[in-house]
Amino acid sequence: MTNTQPSPHTGTTPAGDFILTATDIKKSFGGVHALKGASMTMRRGEITALIGDNGAGKSTMVRSLSGIHKPDSGEITLDGKTVSFDNPNAARNHGIETVQQNLALVEDLTVWQNFFLGREKTHGFGPFRTLDRRVMRSTAEGMLKDLAVNVPPVSSKVRRLSGGQRQAVAIARAAGWGSKIVIMDEPTAALGVQETARVEGVINTLRDSGVAVLLISHNFDQVMRLSDHIWVMRAGTAVAERRTSETNGAELVALITGAKAS
Amino acid sequence: MQAVAAQTRQLSFWAENAAPIGLVALVIVFSILSPTFLTLGNIRAMLVAAAILVILAIGQAFVITTGGIDLSISATMTLGAIGFGLAFSNGLGFWASALVAILSAMLIGLINGLLIAKGKVTDFIATLGTLSVATGLALIISNGKPINVNSPELLTLTSGSLGIFGYPIILAAIVAAVAWFVMFRTRFGLHVQAVGGSEESAVANGISATKVRLAVYLIAAGLAGLAALLLVARVGAAEPAINTQFLLNSIAAVVLGGVSLTGGKAKIVGPVIGALLLTALTNGLTLLGVSQFYQPLAVGLVVVLAALLTRFQKK
Repeated sequence: MTNTQPSPHTGTTPAGDFILTATDIKKSFGGVHALKGASMTMRRGEITALIGDNGAGKSTMVRSLSGIHKPDSGEITLDGKTVSFDNPNAARNHGIETVQQNLALVEDLTVWQNFFLGREKTHGFGPFRTLDRRVMRSTAEGMLKDLAVNVPPVSSKVRRLSGGQRQAVAIARAAGWGSKIVIMDEPTAALGVQETARVEGVINTLRDSGVAVLLISHNFDQVMRLSDHIWVMRAGTAVAERRTSETNGAELVALITGAKAS
Repeated sequence: MQAVAAQTRQLSFWAENAAPIGLVALVIVFSILSPTFLTLGNIRAMLVAAAILVILAIGQAFVITTGGIDLSISATMTLGAIGFGLAFSNGLGFWASALVAILSAMLIGLINGLLIAKGKVTDFIATLGTLSVATGLALIISNGKPINVNSPELLTLTSGSLGIFGYPIILAAIVAAVAWFVMFRTRFGLHVQAVGGSEESAVANGISATKVRLAVYLIAAGLAGLAALLLVARVGAAEPAINTQFLLNSIAAVVLGGVSLTGGKAKIVGPVIGALLLTALTNGLTLLGVSQFYQPLAVGLVVVLAALLTRFQKK
């Protein structure tokens, strides 16, 4: 996919630098207007953080981008092309992977089985297809190595993995499908200090490999450490954007609470 | 601390291998107590007698791996048997009648699957209902009377053998081999395990839990239909009997085989050995002249013990 079409966004950044733009997204659930015309962008090769108080619309925004919700109106463009997703698989097919908060791993299955769950490699044809276990094992091993995860053996059950290892496996799985964008919802919320550091390392490696990451986090320190760009949401709209290098925690708090206008 | 860990590991070893260890123990005890137990003739008879239970246990294993349970499995077999008897006595040949048996059984499986996968009815209640429905249907269409079947093919099926392996147990072994392959080497089998392990995660990865659940109840019912052929062959007639013992034993065999009732952990060899164990237990007790009244008691004790042991399975 190339950028033949102009992006709707103009400004200081050349249009081609945006891998994703969401414009004027609206979504209501019954009488509740979760998104009231929110717009945001993500740049290539960057970690974009999405922050905001509970109920600000972060989750709905993310769910709209990952195909779980279909926006009532608004436009999403990916690589300059307008897209719309009816379900999570449609988003995936466009290269948008989501690491859900519950990780969507099956504990009773092995690491490599989880890696390929729902997208298994098979050989043979017709009703005689069998799982290509060898290829899946070695591919999963390679994907974990690439992200420099402290690699659990791919044939161990996920049940035996630590929280950080599970998170790493889920991230590596999301990254491993030639994805352009990986969305992560609170990736370190349940982790200790050491494991958080490891997972942050994985996220950095992922960015360095050219994948655009959308990070939802309540942890300002983490946002300041990891992200390149920050979008702030309040009451169903994106109220401000900042380069991470040009802001600080106090300003972000003020933007989130509305004490400071954007 | 270490001693406790070692003890737990030991218990988990026993729990993981309850069925094979139990089978070996039973064989040793019975062969000491009864000289006929390990004769070729008795082994052959035991294997033939085990065939129906092996096939039912495999069907039950698929359902239980998804975290479900099929209480209608033996009633489904009964309905399949009646379907066969009725078709055969109306002049359809053996193969056509066998097809009727399997299809009429799968009808119950379809109802189970739709109720549970689409209707979100609790598996326990849905299959308890179809247990009654299938039993009732079998009584109604047979008018409550056994249907005699004189089919040379069935006679061959029940009396033919390769060495000490009668055709029924060979059929059961083929079913087991295919089931193992499907469970552990195909995409479908992996999805069965995934849905049982965590339906939410499976669905998030694009697996249709509805289709998987529908499929496992169809498989269980289809295998019950196949077992119905062996049942008719053994009895020489299609009886609208309530085969409760087969239901309890099919679940018992799966539990003995180390499959967790909460789902997610698939095993095929375990339930097969569990079925052999339960058959050997019944056979041995009969040889020893223990009253039939004690057999359900013995089976019950073994199952409860096995269920207790599974608590110590390694996670």
